[in-house]
Amino acid sequence: MMSNNLSYFDYAATTPVDQRVLDTMLPFFRENFGNPSSIHQYGQHAEGAVENARASIAHYLNCRPGEVIFTSGGTESDNLALRGVAFGMRQQRGSNHILIPPAEHHAVLRTAHHLAKYHSFDLEYLPVNEYGLTTANDVAERLRPTTAIVSVMYANNEIGTINPIAEIGAVCRNNGIPFHTDAVQAAAYLPVDCQSLNVDLLSLGSHKFYGPKGMGVLYVRKGVPFIPQQTGGSQEMGLRAGTSNLPYIAGFARAFELAHIERELRTEIVRPLRDRLIGRILEEIPQSQLTGHPHLRLPNHASFVFEGVNGNDLLMHLDLAGFACSSGSACKTGNPEPSEVLTTIGLSRDWALGSLRLTLGSESNLAQVDQLLECLPHIIQGLR
Amino acid sequence: MAGPRVVVAMSGGVDSSVAAALLVQQGYEVIGMMMRLWSEPGNEEQNRCCTPDALAQARRVAAQLNIPFYAVDARSVFYDAVVTNFISDYAQGLTPNPCINCNRKIRWSFLLQRALSIGAEFMATGHYVRLTKSEDGLIHLGKAVDLNKDQSYVLHVLTQAQLKHALFPLGEYTKPQVRQLARDFALPVAERAESQDLCFLGEGDYRAFLERTNPNIKNPGPILTSNGTRIGEHTGLSFYTIGQRKGIPVNSSVPLYVLHKDIQQNALIVGELAELGRNQLRAGEVNWIAGSAPIEAKRLAVKIRYKAQPVEGLVTPLQDQTALVQFDENLRDITPGQAAVFYDQDKVVGGGIILPELHV
Repeated sequence: MMSNNLSYFDYAATTPVDQRVLDTMLPFFRENFGNPSSIHQYGQHAEGAVENARASIAHYLNCRPGEVIFTSGGTESDNLALRGVAFGMRQQRGSNHILIPPAEHHAVLRTAHHLAKYHSFDLEYLPVNEYGLTTANDVAERLRPTTAIVSVMYANNEIGTINPIAEIGAVCRNNGIPFHTDAVQAAAYLPVDCQSLNVDLLSLGSHKFYGPKGMGVLYVRKGVPFIPQQTGGSQEMGLRAGTSNLPYIAGFARAFELAHIERELRTEIVRPLRDRLIGRILEEIPQSQLTGHPHLRLPNHASFVFEGVNGNDLLMHLDLAGFACSSGSACKTGNPEPSEVLTTIGLSRDWALGSLRLTLGSESNLAQVDQLLECLPHIIQGLR
Repeated sequence: MAGPRVVVAMSGGVDSSVAAALLVQQGYEVIGMMMRLWSEPGNEEQNRCCTPDALAQARRVAAQLNIPFYAVDARSVFYDAVVTNFISDYAQGLTPNPCINCNRKIRWSFLLQRALSIGAEFMATGHYVRLTKSEDGLIHLGKAVDLNKDQSYVLHVLTQAQLKHALFPLGEYTKPQVRQLARDFALPVAERAESQDLCFLGEGDYRAFLERTNPNIKNPGPILTSNGTRIGEHTGLSFYTIGQRKGIPVNSSVPLYVLHKDIQQNALIVGELAELGRNQLRAGEVNWIAGSAPIEAKRLAVKIRYKAQPVEGLVTPLQDQTALVQFDENLRDITPGQAAVFYDQDKVVGGGIILPELHV
């Protein structure tokens, strides 16, 4: 077990499972354990639970249940979206062009690289501004008749910036080009209404909002050209084979429901703490800079760079001082290379190496924040 | 309240894992650190002590012991301080021991600094050596109880400033006892194989590595007898070691041995067994464990290779951190680049790197 007096500032990496979510999941391990594909009553009960979950998620996504595909997590959802649509569009329309910003999560970025390298898709990067933001105009200028898919993340995991998804989606829709958004990081705090966001595909992972790890959803708008990537049984409307992971599906649905119902409440808790972190750190620590957009950012997300500080050392010192933080993405190998996202938004190596991401959540409180604010300037001073 | 904070340099192997477990048991506040060292690109999976697998094993141990654990990137500093020296030493006809360099410049410098910077009082490793403190406050580096595993040879470079922060929990144990301790602590690495090779070479051969990293290393030249007669051609001096018999590309009715490498002439000097050996050596970069050289020459037991038996010789400290060692008889494998380590009974007095001898 972890040390008792450790404060958790890494809710963007993952969250603990909400007790109410766990309670929803447990009966599906031993009591209602049937295979939803079976004909008998065990199977019927299980299938009922899966479809209840799907209907509930569809309700909050504002889409049809048949458009909700269960996956093994956000990464699989991103993979499935890009591969499924890229190949579908190539087959149906001969499209060959992929458009993404370079600041995407690796699940999108490396999937696009893979499609370019091994399947000869033409990968083009959208520009990002100094906040890591991509505009609808950026997309409009680069869309081609042969574009197979555009993918822009809803909110950036490393720097918290929120992209204008509805506007980008409108541009794509007007041109008849499929548009995917990776909403994995955003869904804990931002509304995910697939209609008002103008998206054709949207990825979610439940462990970012107090659901279980290893559970995701991909929304796929009906009619979007799509070729399944995992073949086998005909689960998930034939779009993603494999026995339904019932306890986790139920957990996802409950966690997503709670995220929707409690969104404002949760936001009210974290936003003032985030603002306090940003204000005090920029004020009290010399040569510090906020990364990402000053206000178009996730309400629980504060990210910084400090000039001339080794980010890995900073995390180690903070951890030993009782604060579990991140440099931006969950990498533990001690890799000294600066994050691609930070260099993409124009930070020099000497700044980009000293990154710190503080993300808040259900157990965050003012005392923890103030303890961190007390400690951080000394640690940074010591490391310079 | 926890005891003093100690950083354990972990490798995912049995020794450092047991060292960490013992320190936890002794009440220290233990923090694990593991260095990622440089591997030849494409060879990373074979690096015996810092592969992703080794890192995963170390994490398992740390999690079981409930200690914080951090990976520390040391790739560029290791490359600069150890690998480039390894390559250039070979190019100069030396046969280096990179582990000594690593202990001096990486483990007990770079990593120790990291440990001290997070408020640790001590750094520990899984080396088999023993430290004792005498009444005058000096710390002495002694051989391990298990003489088969004793690693005092590679740690002769430690200074008093480093030793005062050093802990070696395994020095009192034999290797079989350490394996048993690993089982008793139920450590998942109890049955892990021993690492033997140079970590950054993986399972590869150092000659092939040198050829890949330094194209100039393949530098053919004459093979000469000790009286100067040319009897063949060698492929590059770096590929031969003093005392080597096999692999000398010369037809001869009697076995020939590498006697000497003449860098100036790029010549490999070979001869019969009777010609092999010298009765003295000169060592440079000498470190005296006590912090200063003895005032006068002293008869000490001298180890000229990691696995060599100590041989008695007269050790005379000279200027510029050098020392002269005179033996009673010829020794066959005095190899420039290797360390000569001086012992007074079980204690390391000091040691240095054997210098190339000017041939006359």
